Amino acid sequence: MASTAVEVIYRGIFQKTLAGTLVKTLVLAAHREGKIGTAMSRYGDSPERNGIPAKQFAVIADSQDELEESLAKYEPKATDVSICLDDNMCKGIESWSWYGVQPINALVKPGGLLIVTSLRTPDLLLRHIHWRDQPYRIAIVKAEASLGGLWVYRDDHTDMRLLGAVARLAPQVVGLDALVQSLHEKGLADQPYAGDTEGDARAWAPRQAAGQQPIPVGQTKLESMQQAYEAATDRPVAPGEGVEGNRLTFEKPGWKDMRIGVVVDAPKPGVDASIEVFKKWSTRTKRPVVNFDTCIECDLCWLHCPDECFVPTPEGVYDVKYESCCGCGVCEEVCPVDRCIVMVDEIEFTDLESPYQKWKRGEPLVAPASGGGAKYGAAAADGNTGNAEDRG
Amino acid sequence: MAVAKTSKTAANVPQSQEELISGSEAVAQALRLADVDVISAYPIRPYDTVMQYVSKLIADGRLDCEFIVAESEHSQFEIVKHACSVGARAFCGSSGVGWMYAMECLAVTPSLRLPYLAICGNRALDDPGAFGTEHNDAMCVRDLGWMLYWVETAQEALDMTLIGYRAAEDQRLSLPCALCLDGAFLTHSAQIVSVPPQDLVNSYLPRFDLGDRVLHPDNPISIAPQANEDWLMEIRKQMDAAMRRAPEVIREAHGEFHRAFGRQGGSPFIEEYMTDDAETVLVGMGTMASPVRVMVRKLRAQGEKVGFVRVKWFRPFGTDEIRTSLQRFKAVGVVDRDFSLGAADMGGVLYNDVRATMYDAQRRPVISGFIAGLGGREIEEKDVLEMFRRTQQAGADGRGGEVTWIGVRE
Ligand code: SF4
Ligand code: SF4
Repeated sequence: MASTAVEVIYRGIFQKTLAGTLVKTLVLAAHREGKIGTAMSRYGDSPERNGIPAKQFAVIADSQDELEESLAKYEPKATDVSICLDDNMCKGIESWSWYGVQPINALVKPGGLLIVTSLRTPDLLLRHIHWRDQPYRIAIVKAEASLGGLWVYRDDHTDMRLLGAVARLAPQVVGLDALVQSLHEKGLADQPYAGDTEGDARAWAPRQAAGQQPIPVGQTKLESMQQAYEAATDRPVAPGEGVEGNRLTFEKPGWKDMRIGVVVDAPKPGVDASIEVFKKWSTRTKRPVVNFDTCIECDLCWLHCPDECFVPTPEGVYDVKYESCCGCGVCEEVCPVDRCIVMVDEIEFTDLESPYQKWKRGEPLVAPASGGGAKYGAAAADGNTGNAEDRG
Repeated sequence: MAVAKTSKTAANVPQSQEELISGSEAVAQALRLADVDVISAYPIRPYDTVMQYVSKLIADGRLDCEFIVAESEHSQFEIVKHACSVGARAFCGSSGVGWMYAMECLAVTPSLRLPYLAICGNRALDDPGAFGTEHNDAMCVRDLGWMLYWVETAQEALDMTLIGYRAAEDQRLSLPCALCLDGAFLTHSAQIVSVPPQDLVNSYLPRFDLGDRVLHPDNPISIAPQANEDWLMEIRKQMDAAMRRAPEVIREAHGEFHRAFGRQGGSPFIEEYMTDDAETVLVGMGTMASPVRVMVRKLRAQGEKVGFVRVKWFRPFGTDEIRTSLQRFKAVGVVDRDFSLGAADMGGVLYNDVRATMYDAQRRPVISGFIAGLGGREIEEKDVLEMFRRTQQAGADGRGGEVTWIGVRE
């Protein structure tokens, strides 16, 4: 008599279908084992917008009554497995409005499992993940974040590989046999990998460079799942292991303290423009790195940034407020100087410090030491990196 | 803060003047006196008559305001909402399906706490295309934080425009207010109306001041960002708190008006007619009051103890006044010029509000419901008589809860 819960944390829109496939497949497969369950999405955590961290859940129970007990809550308060579909979110996720930052492992039960799709090692990810006061396990499914669109599904077998890992490392949720049976019933088991729509070589080259084995064209879904099952390993995480990270929290005011008329203060001229309670940074997968040495002070980044992240400095260049940056890339697009603003993978960074201050101190703006490999190293190092010192 | 303007009328109109004007014209005159800054318009009968009189006032140089003709009711109500947010005293209105087309804007205005005044020239909802009065259009905003008043006469239309602004703009409320005018019966009938002098109105109606919520470059604020589950209930509670304060603010606004102009004394929420020793009363809103009063007088002449209670403010509902009043009677008949198909006992909106109010009364009268005058159908004396007879019978039987459609062909 028990119930289990799986949480899938994903990038809004881009990974919605992937998250949905995962939770629904888990519930259906568990049903083959005589259990009952539900798959649900909780966009209350965020309205589903491009890239904003969002969640879906699978709750599986032995009986209807137990299931109902789990469902009486808005979302599960503790998970057997939390799956993170983009390793950038290991820094913690912030919803769209005023919740503060939630650690990626916040819901994982003692002894539970955090699975991340990543090309990095658990050790490197733990330089971003908040510490917990309880032991849990972390597992990596070696894959770059699988990003699709609202109606487009990137059928790169990330789903199968994650399901295989769950069956191996958290069999209390669902076993491999049930998953296999479920795939057969849905006619998916023998579906072959058709190659990436972007063209195989182009899509796989950077992933391969970072250590992800390409899926051979023709490999079936069943094979992908079984391979992932065989390969899955986890690493225990001790209490206290991880980083302090950003733990933005705040008190929510009562109705008497809130301004009437749904009015909030807007940035006043000459005053810090960022809204205190919504920093937005966890919505991004990349951040802009500015080469202050080649900047011609044209103001375009400052003018175009939708989140008012660029702050004037005495030198005339613009500092970047990373706390408020949503990673849209508009600044990179409008900057007229070649590679003066470069969008760099967020996981290359462990802080939100002012790049202008670092530049003034002569420090590198990017320390490409978090294991991203050649692809990220190349972009990050381009004119912005002094050395490769690991600050983790 | 309203944009400062010099009034062109104050100097030459020292005294109240009597004029023969319709309900729509009376509203237009009141808008002139309230020195409204922005009016948005889109033609629909019967609201268009207000537009017509307002344009004439502007053309005659008697009203100085932005008069914006929108391309639809939706834009019309958005325009005044935004005008209000920059501190302009604004006015708008529509009827029937036009009102419904503006529904999205109508729905968001109370949560933004933008207190403009609107009129709803009550009109049946199409289809079929119809012009006659029916209260369902205005009723659609009854749960959303709009203050609603049902006007009976042209004089009341003028007075209530001024009172409406004063109450709505009161910082304790800051809620939008709609005056409901029965199409044709009121909007198109001219009556003798006393139009007060500007000075007197100026002393009654303070300048509109949104305080620190005014949208201005010197006061950078953001209005209505997205709000999620963590915030919305508090926002709704703020609206509820404002509506709970509304009866007190309304009483003050009426009291001050009475002191200044000598009209609109008594309860702002109900008006009783020949109820002192009454056993049976009808309850209703708007222009149906006339035929009901006529029949009350005729029945009184025959020695019957009958009366009428007119409900004036509908939101906020005059719970205390109505409870105190109606518990004195043996039988009550509630006349709805609206329908609420499938509601409790298949009754109208007013009927069920009255019943809910009387549930906790010390003494509960027997309450019957009537649906009458839909689509502008005249409520004739014989209809009123039938309603009195049925109400009396229900009282005698001690059995309420019956809802009858009156004046409908079998
Ligand atoms: S990516 Fe650039 S333009 Fe977009 S929010 Fe960040 S700093 Fe602003
Ligand atoms: S757009 Fe580029 S060149 Fe222009 S100010 Fe910004 S960083 Fe400098």
